[in-house]
Amino acid sequence: MANEHLFKRFDEELSRLDSRISEMGGLAESQLARSLQAIRERDSGLAESVIAADVRIDAIEKDIQEHVLQMLALRQPMAIDLRQILSAVKMATTLERIADYAKNNAKRSLVLMQGAALPRAIGGIDRIGRLVQSLLTDVLDAFAKNDVAAAEAVWKRDEEIDDVYNGLFRELLTYMMEDPRTITAGTHLMFMSKNIERIGDHVTNIAELIAFRVTGTSFASDRPKGSGAIYRPA
Amino acid sequence: MPTVLNIVSPMDALPPPKMEGVDVKVFYGAKQALFDVSLPVRNRSVTAMIGPSGCGKSTFLRCLNRMNDVILGARVEGAITLDGQNVYDKTVDVVQLRARVGMVFQKPNPFPKSIYDNVAYGPRIHGLSANKAELDGIVETSLKKAGLWKEVADRLDQPGTGLSGGQQQRLCIARAIAVSPEVILMDEPCSALDPIATAIIEELIDELRQNFTIAIVTHSMQQAARVSQYTAFFHLGYLVEYGETRQIFTNPKEARTQAYITGRFG
Ligand SMILES: Nc1ncnc2c1ncn2[C@@H]1O[C@H](COP(=O)(O)OP(=O)(O)OP(=O)(O)O)[C@@H](O)[C@H]1O
Ligand SMILES: [Mg+2]
Repeated sequence: MANEHLFKRFDEELSRLDSRISEMGGLAESQLARSLQAIRERDSGLAESVIAADVRIDAIEKDIQEHVLQMLALRQPMAIDLRQILSAVKMATTLERIADYAKNNAKRSLVLMQGAALPRAIGGIDRIGRLVQSLLTDVLDAFAKNDVAAAEAVWKRDEEIDDVYNGLFRELLTYMMEDPRTITAGTHLMFMSKNIERIGDHVTNIAELIAFRVTGTSFASDRPKGSGAIYRPA
Repeated sequence: MPTVLNIVSPMDALPPPKMEGVDVKVFYGAKQALFDVSLPVRNRSVTAMIGPSGCGKSTFLRCLNRMNDVILGARVEGAITLDGQNVYDKTVDVVQLRARVGMVFQKPNPFPKSIYDNVAYGPRIHGLSANKAELDGIVETSLKKAGLWKEVADRLDQPGTGLSGGQQQRLCIARAIAVSPEVILMDEPCSALDPIATAIIEELIDELRQNFTIAIVTHSMQQAARVSQYTAFFHLGYLVEYGETRQIFTNPKEARTQAYITGRFG
């Protein structure tokens, strides 16, 4: 990020850390995309492959933690280096969580495939999924470029996710009330949309971590929040 | 609205300066070593001075108790205040000043005398005790405050030079404390010590700030981070950045400070 250290190996270690994060980010992105595809196309093979691939992300997270532990002990980083290293651990944890949600959705999609297709509800999941997917891609790009402005733009868009999620929640409730036979599937779909909404929250966490590592501060204003309408009685 | 922990205390909570450099310039003959340095040394806290070799840390430290006076050709401009009074004022008695602003050096330099006499020396010449019992009391408390009492209580008559390096440095701290100074200056006090002796001195410094104001020059970033509350970064005779230590080491404002503390200087 900054110019070179007198002690060259430190630079190598820092850039290795960033490339591991990027690698993990790429995997999380692909896990989310493939889980959405599995849901959309009722592709059980793909869902199984998403589930199986999760161990790779867990392994990278462990590797990053080990690497960070060593850097803290051996390099005693300060200032921007310290922030970069601390944010790397948090990024790794966050990306691991994102991948976990994608895996959970893949598992639930297998259950959904047992029953009848619910094209309208699946369409809703796909909509929020694509939105979150694009924000994840943007935030990972911002990370690769240390672009705080781009990170902030992503951070501000969390509200959109909340709104789409609230709409989807009501839609699913309506289906279940109209036709009680859809309750099992509807409940899974609710958890799935909640998982995607949580991924969106983690995306904003990543945006905050980018600001922290580059500037040492978080974004100035409070993030705009959705209406919270679903928590109110109808 | 999310609750945000306010871990940075507001500026008005900072302790007032006990000493202050105001536009300090120092010349060694024709060569200028410090350029318009303005820097507070806050009451009952530790101020660390860091920066590359030759940047003027020791020069600034020596201004605080006028140790530069004894260097031939050294000239100081600007003001250094102690409780608001300029220590370079003609009315100031330098011997009194050095009793109020004591100093501990890089290499432990006990006098070639007994442990007792090393500590008793200052109180004797300043007439701080009325009798032997009082002097014994001062020696004991000073050695206790310096964390050395337990190790030397039974051999006060032995030569101070016979102690280990770390013990000698604590003896020098006891000697500095014995005249009840208000400020203690330390120039790389741990550079000749092993990690354990260093940790003991650092712990001591942390305790001493309850009662004393401390300014310390150190080449160890980690030491500055561990013991100080305020840090000043010098470069080529200029004060580049001064701030709370937690800010300097987590988020310095100046690019040169960042480069130095992260090991990027070239
Ligand atoms: N007695 C002296 N006579 C002439 N020049 C001096 C004298 N003492 C220091 N200087 C010069 O003044 C500048 C600042 O020196 P100073 O000793 O204050 O640096 P420092 O930051 O304490 O360095 P170090 O970390 O090596 O102790 C240097 O260029 C040095 O050569
Ligand atoms: Mg020096």
